[in-house]
Amino acid sequence: GLFVWRLRNTGISQIPCRFVHLYHMANNRLITFQYFNFLKRMYVTQCNKDLSQRAKPKSDSIVSPFHELQQLDQEKKVVLKISPVSPVHQSRTETSSRNELRELKSAAETEASVIPVGADSKEDRQWKEMKLRLDDLPGILARLSKIKLTALVVSTTSAGFAMAPVPFELTCFLLASLGTGLASCAANSINQFFEVPFDSNMNRTKNRPLVRGQISPLLAVCFAASCGIPGIALLTLGVNPLTGALGAFNIFLYTCCYTPLKRMSIANTWVGAVVGAIPPVMGWTAATGSLDAGALLLGGILYSWQFPHFNALSWGLREDYSRGGYCMMSVTHPGLCRRVALRHCLALIGLSAVAPALDITTWTFPVISLPINLYISYLGFRFYRDADRSSSRKLFFCSLWHLPMLLLVMFTCKKSVLEKEDKGDLPGGSHETAMEMRLP
Amino acid sequence: PPAHSHSDWIGPPDKHSNLRPVIFYVPPEESALERRLREARQEAQASNQRFWARHNRAFRQEKEEFIYSRLKAKGLEMKDESGQKATLNAEEMADFYKDFLSKNLKKHLQYNRDWYKRNFRITFLMGQVALVRALRWLRWRKKKVEQ
Repeated sequence: GLFVWRLRNTGISQIPCRFVHLYHMANNRLITFQYFNFLKRMYVTQCNKDLSQRAKPKSDSIVSPFHELQQLDQEKKVVLKISPVSPVHQSRTETSSRNELRELKSAAETEASVIPVGADSKEDRQWKEMKLRLDDLPGILARLSKIKLTALVVSTTSAGFAMAPVPFELTCFLLASLGTGLASCAANSINQFFEVPFDSNMNRTKNRPLVRGQISPLLAVCFAASCGIPGIALLTLGVNPLTGALGAFNIFLYTCCYTPLKRMSIANTWVGAVVGAIPPVMGWTAATGSLDAGALLLGGILYSWQFPHFNALSWGLREDYSRGGYCMMSVTHPGLCRRVALRHCLALIGLSAVAPALDITTWTFPVISLPINLYISYLGFRFYRDADRSSSRKLFFCSLWHLPMLLLVMFTCKKSVLEKEDKGDLPGGSHETAMEMRLP
Repeated sequence: PPAHSHSDWIGPPDKHSNLRPVIFYVPPEESALERRLREARQEAQASNQRFWARHNRAFRQEKEEFIYSRLKAKGLEMKDESGQKATLNAEEMADFYKDFLSKNLKKHLQYNRDWYKRNFRITFLMGQVALVRALRWLRWRKKKVEQ
């Protein structure tokens, strides 16, 4: 059965409206997440596992850990036409009971009709002129670059920046964030450019600008180049070459490795997880200029997080993946899919415990984060054992709030630079400088 | 699309392939390059349409056959007492999805290669056409200024 995890506001393309609608969303968890994020300014990258695109930040995440899944998007409920008896209808509110019912009914489509990808709105059924309208352009480019996903990627990068054990520099922070955002826009646009016919066939992605012909492929590529080149240049020249190199590598990994690999082998999930792990590493290297253990740990945490997040999501999208020709673990190796998800939930506990050893956080971090890590591991275990829709949903929604909370706790437990000064860990720090340094 | 229009028109998604058909505008003084571009796009559209229509039809058909055979094995009929079509739950369908994907993998690999090649070629031609048009416009501007 087809199962749409989120509601998408398709009719309105203005970004401000989207956020307004976001706040009105019925889904409490999402509201909490949004509100929480807004308050704490610690955004977590949303892994959008693209059904068709796994854009990892910089492009979606596995099947887009960062990609495709846009937590903040409101998707129109797509309902398969199940029978003439029950008419297809669209609704903007999502209730789990209705989903279950619909899912049951649509599980076996035996109608003689074709496979409709989703409910058609009246607007959809009209012929449209393929002319670019300038006032539509911002909205179109926003959707092309998956702006919300990009925002989440940038949040992860700022988390990496914030966790680095150096005094906070605002200009560096802003340059790193901007550069990463531009690189992410570029990668997402190229991803959509590659995947037009596949996106058309999947419910989640059939309203993308290139699919609807709102923008030409040439323009999409030009936009990607005009974001990517300045973005990487900004990172290389304005921040440091290491961050620029990581950004360029991530774009390459996402567009040239992950995107084609999605249709060739299940290895795409692991590649996608790396794509999602790189932004926080970039944030760290932007701050410190070097790739040390702390950066790798932060990347490792995000890497591990991708798996329960994505695998749980992909469990409900098996039909679309199968028909669309995407090689995902949930379709071809369901046992592996659940094992890997559980394995990485447990890995998160381990990684959190390593943090104090590397002097990134105090010993309080593993202690405080243990409850949420245990909870997600418990849901991971349930998913592993039960292998059904409800357990996969629970695990997925848990992952949505688990990451922001984990990063927030990490930040609050960060080992202050002052402490390190006192201990004499930092070389060449005078007493006066120690006094002037503030806690980030 | 109206007869006086000077641009391409894109329509609603096709029932079988879920792809949106495009009607291409043929300008009266179409250059050889522009014609190559249009023909490439038409050819790609036709090829995509063929592939996906056939693929989706096969999916639907095989899904029905699978459901039928599974229901038969369970001793159930296609329609129960109330006249509703009997269904299988997601876990039972998982076997079918796995099977279908592996059977069609080779077909997809071939299609992917073709699609990427076509996509690059069309975009490159678009770039050439845009460049030629831009140069032509600049020359026209220059002439206007000189007049």
